[in-house]
Amino acid sequence: MARCDKLVDVGRRAFFARTAAAAAGAAVTASLPGSGARAAEAAPALALVTYPAARLANIKDLKVDEPINITYPDQQSPGILLKLGHPVVGGVGPDQDVVAFSTMCPHKGFPLFYRASDKSLNCPGHYSRFDVEKGGLEIWGHATQNLPQFRLRVDQNGDIYAQGVDELLYGRLSNILQA
Amino acid sequence: MAYKRNIDRLPIPPKDAKVHNVVCHYCIVGCGYHALSWPVDRQGGPQSGRNAFGADLTQQQGAMSGNWFSPSMYNIVKQDGRDVHLVIMPDDNCEVNSGLNSIRGSRIAEMSYSAVRQTQQQRLTESLVWRYGQMQPTSWDDALDLVARVTASVIADQGEDGLIVSMYDHGGAGGGYENTWGTGKLYFGAMKIKNVRIHNRPAYNSEVHATRDMGVGELNNCYEDAELADTIVVVGANSLETQTNYFLNHWVPNLRGTSLDKKKTQLPNEAHEAARIVIVDPRRTVTTAACEAEAGKDRVMHLAINSGTDLALINAWLTYIADKGWVDHAFIQASTTGFDKALTANRTSLEDAARITGLTVDQIRQSAEWMAQPKQGGARRRTMFAYEKGLIWGNDNYRTNAAYVNLALATGNVGRPGGGCVRLGGHQEGYSRPDYPGPRPAPYIDQLLISGKGGVHHIWGCDHYKTTLNALNFKQAYKKRTDMVKDAMSAVPWGDRQGMVTAITDAIKKGGLFAVDVDIVPTQIGQACHVMLPAATSGEMNLTSMNGERRMRLTERYMDPPGSAMPDCLIAAGIANNLERVFGEMGKQDVAQKFTSFDWKTEEDAFMDGYHQHEKGGQFVTYARLRAMGTNGFQEPAIGLEGEEHAAPATTTGGTPGMVVQGPTLNARGKEPTKQATPANTSTPPIASSDTRKIIGTKRLYTDGKFNTKDGKAIFLATAWRGLSVPGKAEEQKQFPFLINNGRTNHVWQSAYLDQQDDFVTSRWPFPFIQLSPGDMADLGLKPGDLVEVYNENGSTQAMAQPSAVARPKEAFMLFAYPKGIQGNVVSKGVNELVIPNYKQTWGNIRKLADAPANTKDLSFKSQEYQVPS
Repeated sequence: MARCDKLVDVGRRAFFARTAAAAAGAAVTASLPGSGARAAEAAPALALVTYPAARLANIKDLKVDEPINITYPDQQSPGILLKLGHPVVGGVGPDQDVVAFSTMCPHKGFPLFYRASDKSLNCPGHYSRFDVEKGGLEIWGHATQNLPQFRLRVDQNGDIYAQGVDELLYGRLSNILQA
Repeated sequence: MAYKRNIDRLPIPPKDAKVHNVVCHYCIVGCGYHALSWPVDRQGGPQSGRNAFGADLTQQQGAMSGNWFSPSMYNIVKQDGRDVHLVIMPDDNCEVNSGLNSIRGSRIAEMSYSAVRQTQQQRLTESLVWRYGQMQPTSWDDALDLVARVTASVIADQGEDGLIVSMYDHGGAGGGYENTWGTGKLYFGAMKIKNVRIHNRPAYNSEVHATRDMGVGELNNCYEDAELADTIVVVGANSLETQTNYFLNHWVPNLRGTSLDKKKTQLPNEAHEAARIVIVDPRRTVTTAACEAEAGKDRVMHLAINSGTDLALINAWLTYIADKGWVDHAFIQASTTGFDKALTANRTSLEDAARITGLTVDQIRQSAEWMAQPKQGGARRRTMFAYEKGLIWGNDNYRTNAAYVNLALATGNVGRPGGGCVRLGGHQEGYSRPDYPGPRPAPYIDQLLISGKGGVHHIWGCDHYKTTLNALNFKQAYKKRTDMVKDAMSAVPWGDRQGMVTAITDAIKKGGLFAVDVDIVPTQIGQACHVMLPAATSGEMNLTSMNGERRMRLTERYMDPPGSAMPDCLIAAGIANNLERVFGEMGKQDVAQKFTSFDWKTEEDAFMDGYHQHEKGGQFVTYARLRAMGTNGFQEPAIGLEGEEHAAPATTTGGTPGMVVQGPTLNARGKEPTKQATPANTSTPPIASSDTRKIIGTKRLYTDGKFNTKDGKAIFLATAWRGLSVPGKAEEQKQFPFLINNGRTNHVWQSAYLDQQDDFVTSRWPFPFIQLSPGDMADLGLKPGDLVEVYNENGSTQAMAQPSAVARPKEAFMLFAYPKGIQGNVVSKGVNELVIPNYKQTWGNIRKLADAPANTKDLSFKSQEYQVPS
């Protein structure tokens, strides 16, 4: 019996050692901004990042082809909110024509500008072009992602909220920056 | 909706992630990348002390950050049998790309084989043989035994002409010095095979014979010359899409004027401005639009010539420049022969050229001024002359190439800073082979195969069904011949090896063909093959190549090949070993003896046997030294080692200044001379050294004014205009209304052999596009995305209609070599006098096949051109 107990004990110690190591690793991805998580109180990492809901504007603020500068999911990530004037896939609002996109080029992070004449976002860095009527499809360019689009919701008062992103944003390895 | 990966975070490389040197294995530019890898159960953190970048990743990274990678730069792969995270991201310190990544190179990781993430599951993992009426996996020994027995039997029966070989001659993926040597030693060393062709043309020839005949290797400048030139002239190339980071990192700074300081420092005592550019292309491309955005329209001249009339334009330039007295008489006198004779033969007036090309006299005169009128203060204008497939696959290849080199030589722009007369290139280069034993012109291999010649066909990294001319006819004939052998094989039990070989050789005698395909993926021509052998690609093996400025680097092995795939050089050795055994068993000891020196265990063994021993300067080059030189490497040829006495760096042609080395050059891609007349050493290959001294290379060729001819003088050639030179083309032009011009697009590398399994690419281009003017769209009753048939007497194919506001009426442009619609089907079998195909001058008809399919509804048909904000 003494020998068996000893083996059990060795096994328990090995088990705890492994658990501690795993918990330390998990803490890295569990540390969402402001959570204050530390290795000692590590929780399992979630499979997806949790996006904030951010009010961008009210439907009444929007005019066709006059983009509003926004940031989402935080102040360091610029984008535009845009009313296109006709329904598009992914468009919200009464006319199903309101969309929002990141304006950091997913190639090298240069700021995109809007060209109303053909409803495209354009990169002055290396000439990439994205179609805002087609979910940010890269018309031509160097990025290996189509343009990240912000998922929108409109409430009963016409307030427009961003509540998610469908591609990795340029310049960050987590769309929600980790502390 | 547009394709989205819905990836919102990626693993962070830890501080101790392994780093390997990588050169992008796609285009000739050869951008520098790094492969970071670390165990699958570990990760770094966002704090600067916890990641491989030493960067604070809790903050948004700025533009051009070296600390960010996109989802396509990430994967999970096997490394030494274990799963690892893999990130392949651009190297900020590589002089070629300075951290830039193209839409192709950014996907090296995503287009790697991953069982975990299900990428590139098309890869061949085991040898496959035609057994019981289908392709079945088998062992290497089993497959190679059959290949050797059938090959030996055909050679015994028909001689070596019975073996037909298709093999790449380039660098990068599906090539490289190790693999060109491995295949070359097998077919040109152990055997003397004449019936050989290359991946994109139906004979074993140079795409740029003329420049080599004139003594001017086609990759004679350096990428920095594009930053130093007063004027860049580019004929038949769309460099923003096809040499992307060369254009962005070296042409654009000069067009913007941001390389002015470099010009003033390196080239003092002469006037400098931002560059001007002359672009010769029947089609307006995104390259032209980008040049206009950077330099302003008044410094960009797009000469939209009539298709195939480049030669008349170039001859007129030479005539006008010579008549103005703007040629470099001192250089012509000292370093060339035949100028006066060539000038007389090529004399073309501005008016005649305008009539032939469709340009105005003023356009031709002004462009000539841009390239040769002395600068303010009288200094010679520095002009870089570049060209690629518009010229190479264009009308009268040999003469047009020669005419262009005439112009560069006459204006003194070869071997000087800011100059050069260079092809821009497709693949990287990586050619090291014994001399081709065949004649010039070389045999037209496709026609041999179509007409029933040859009994066995070995294919290395080629897919003729997608990338040859006259492709539909070729496919029909090829299928018929290989089906005869398949049917014969299906009738014999596999265990009866002698019975199987007899059945195959009997079918061959009746006109059948036995086909062996070595590749990384199941190609379209592979559908017809009887044996498929799985190859490793760049990064799954150590691989050396050089880029368009002869910059040689080593891509280190950073992951395992899938299944039992092997480097091509070792597969070639395996075939040689089996042929030795089989010929021995047949009692042909004298033949068996020829296959004895293929005892390589690794790709490094093949490198030391080939490049190190046979290429000029190869004695200085080892894996250890290349590894230490990272993604910058050195520019070939090597002339010595740091700390040792060596020839002056300006010397291009030999071990001592002015020495002319007259090694064989015909098939040496890009650099001349390629070999010492007598190889440095042909005995046992040396053991690779671990010494990591820096290799001294050669920035520009011919700076000493000595060229690769017997007397060291470059030769001017007579190149009079003679209309459409390839038989049948003039008649085709008269008969059919549409020019079916063709070429590349940014998203796609080569024949899309990997892209065809990349959702990002296939969602953008589900079909090959054909660009049509709005008027032609209307006349044909087409809406964007409709499927059309392109047809003529050569064959037919399909494409997706794409309106283009800048397309000229009746001048269509179709994506080349795309799997879902083979442009080569409608290209005639006509070739030039040296068996170079003429893909570009193709005429046909177009009709609607079907309304736009559902997978085109998310596409954008807006203009691809960038314009500066108004």
